[in-house]
Amino acid sequence: MISYLIRRLLLLIPTLIGITFITFLIVKSIPGDPVLGMVGERTDPETIERIKKELGTERSFVSQYAGYIGLIIKGEMGRSYYTNQKVSEAIIEKFPNTLKLALGAVIISSITGILLGIFTAVKRGTVLDRIGSFLAIGGISLPVFWIGLILMLIFGLYLKLLPPSGMGEGNLIYLVLPASTLAIPSGAYIARITRTMMLDVLSQPYIATAKAKGLKEFSIIFRHALRNALIPIVTIIGLDFGSYLNGAVLTETIFGWDGLGRYAMDGILKRDYPVIMGAVLVGTVVFVIINLIVDISYAYLDPRIRVKGKS
Amino acid sequence: MELKRFFKANRTALIASIILGILVLSSVLAPFISLYDPLSIDLDRIKESPSMTHPFGTDNKGRDIMSRVIYGARVSLSVGLLAGAISMALGLFFGIVSGYFGGRIDRGITILTDLTLAFPSLILAIGITVVLPPGIYTVLIALATVGWAFFARLVRGVVLSVKEYPYIEAAKGIGCTKFRILMNHVLPQCIPVALVAIGLKLGGFILLESALSFLGLGAQPPTPTWGSMISLNRIYIHSAPWMVIFPGLAIALTTISFNILGDALRDYLDPKFMLK
Repeated sequence: MISYLIRRLLLLIPTLIGITFITFLIVKSIPGDPVLGMVGERTDPETIERIKKELGTERSFVSQYAGYIGLIIKGEMGRSYYTNQKVSEAIIEKFPNTLKLALGAVIISSITGILLGIFTAVKRGTVLDRIGSFLAIGGISLPVFWIGLILMLIFGLYLKLLPPSGMGEGNLIYLVLPASTLAIPSGAYIARITRTMMLDVLSQPYIATAKAKGLKEFSIIFRHALRNALIPIVTIIGLDFGSYLNGAVLTETIFGWDGLGRYAMDGILKRDYPVIMGAVLVGTVVFVIINLIVDISYAYLDPRIRVKGKS
Repeated sequence: MELKRFFKANRTALIASIILGILVLSSVLAPFISLYDPLSIDLDRIKESPSMTHPFGTDNKGRDIMSRVIYGARVSLSVGLLAGAISMALGLFFGIVSGYFGGRIDRGITILTDLTLAFPSLILAIGITVVLPPGIYTVLIALATVGWAFFARLVRGVVLSVKEYPYIEAAKGIGCTKFRILMNHVLPQCIPVALVAIGLKLGGFILLESALSFLGLGAQPPTPTWGSMISLNRIYIHSAPWMVIFPGLAIALTTISFNILGDALRDYLDPKFMLK
């Protein structure tokens, strides 16, 4: 296990180099002076001079890239053009809000997705299965930003059950609408995977044995079948984390949720390049690290993966 | 014949393709079937609710929403289909080259593929679109950059197994050029995978295009797009919800149809392959 862990951590290095290289290429193609593009026009002249020296447009491409990496490692992602706030500070400040939203969404999407998946698998071939499967396909097809607006309209403005937007000083009820919106596409995805996995498991002989023993259907489904179907489902839940990051940009904008996504959106609207690139970089790195954690925990649960990786 | 059998087995797929056919047709014939000019402003008729004269209502400048939705289909469908085609072509090229030649080329392309897939798609697309001049071409470049890797990975897998087949050996034996082997013997084997993949991905491309438009990074005003209509009209959601509902329904109808068709195609061509 430890050698697997070390191998995976080492593999992280080329990925991170590749990601920063791509963001570096994007930063270099920002219209105008790349240094200003990186740190913002309102940064004090000494810093601009220092970064110019460190990045040195007159130096070679490789040393410019090395300079860029150095800046990132120091957490130097520039300042916003407009507020002059350090991008790194803003990201640290807003990240917990996005995390809260994502956690809420993971909980909602896992529970509803798994239950819907089990339900459609058990009712296979019936009208209920068709309706459930259609709901699942709808969930992965609908644009998040539109669903968010419609939910806001129905529950926030017409029924007045939930606050339509804002954060409400940490009151959990404000989390319900944005988290549900964010949960819909991944919940639908989880439902589809769960259905496939459950159908696979339910057709196996040991389920027939359990039925022949006269066990109750509830216990067969949840104690015998679901347990074996769960590992791949959990993996999917983790690997699908990218869709939360994608969705966060849109969901947070709609609901006025003060997280990374809305921060990025504000940056996009104002063409505030340091903000955009900071959000892109941090979002991607978080995504990669979460994927790594999922991989490792999967390997921990299923020894075959560790062995296969070696050969 | 094959087509008839496919649709007979999948009636929902038939409905989905009829819907898509209507959508494509109405976007091609937009100038003839839309009741109004999508850009003409009529300040006497702002924010009118749906009626016989304006079936989807009007927006804050009195423009006819139905006409704007029909014209918006042009952008979404053409960008989605083109991006799909470009991604598929790139994926076929890189997948075949990487799988067939192996070695250093393979390693290089695989690294590039993994790297592309390491980015959350919308975030990478945002990164690309913010530095290029805004417009349809930029969206195409962004979608293709995000999309090709999925195809390349699948195609490479197919090529790795195909190149071990005896008939490839035989083709080499009778002195076929590499180009000929790739074009006539390897490529046809990859087409079914690529078709299934594009079926599964087209809905995603259209969603991504609408998300970019929503963020203001897509085709620029005054060109109507579904995403930008929702984005610009959302401040009126309380007083004039139809301004947001109809463009969203258009996106939903399109992507659901594409996804149903894609699923049916995958199940029909090979149920085992590509669970994920």
